[in-house]
Amino acid sequence: MPSFELNGRTYETDEDGYLANLADWSPDVAGYLAKTEGVDMSESHWEVVNFLREYYDEYKIAPMIRILTKAIGKKLGKEKGNTKYLYDLYPGGPAKQACKIAGLPKPTGCV
Amino acid sequence: MAEEIKKIMFTVRKPPHGSIYVYEGLEVKLIMAAYDADISVVFMDDGVFAVKQGQNTKELGIKGFEATYGALVDYEITKVFVDRKSMEDRGMTEDDLLVIGEDEDTEEPIKPEVVDSDQIAAMMAEQHNILAF
Repeated sequence: MPSFELNGRTYETDEDGYLANLADWSPDVAGYLAKTEGVDMSESHWEVVNFLREYYDEYKIAPMIRILTKAIGKKLGKEKGNTKYLYDLYPGGPAKQACKIAGLPKPTGCV
Repeated sequence: MAEEIKKIMFTVRKPPHGSIYVYEGLEVKLIMAAYDADISVVFMDDGVFAVKQGQNTKELGIKGFEATYGALVDYEITKVFVDRKSMEDRGMTEDDLLVIGEDEDTEEPIKPEVVDSDQIAAMMAEQHNILAF
């Protein structure tokens, strides 16, 4: 299994770099994963990551992009619930990239 | 000419745990929701246990996926039905059914709709495809 090291600890991931164990996640790990994705974490970035973690906690799935935009619009305000806002934050695909940084598995229904 | 939207029904007849069918079926539904299809889901026979609330899978050593049904309405899968006879034969009532989402405007919880077997048969007759899990 692929892995990476951070602060003297080894973290297992899947072949695409998604954390193997949800419980391994920490803000430090998120920061590291963001760096590997070339994402500079701002408060808006964290807002999405935290949202995803809450969504996963409630429904046990990582939402696909269409669902993510709708749910974010509802929770964080309409101006954020659109694809452009999320792609500006996560150019590599909001669902895919933000889920990775949030320590979640790949989104269900991501095609 | 616009293509006719496919009517696809998922039937869930197996109990939720002990095999991978019902969970995989749920994943397929969520994936299919990305396409323009008219999706419906029917829980019958032992499949009704999948939509019973308060499942505890801890002793089975698995995560369980009861919570994921709560996202069905978000995924625009709103045609979710439970066969009345299967439910009653297993000592369940409508109160036992889990919530599949909430109404966008009123925030009222939405539950699967309990229907009779002949209604299910009529719906089945209208489908292009029926996928069994």
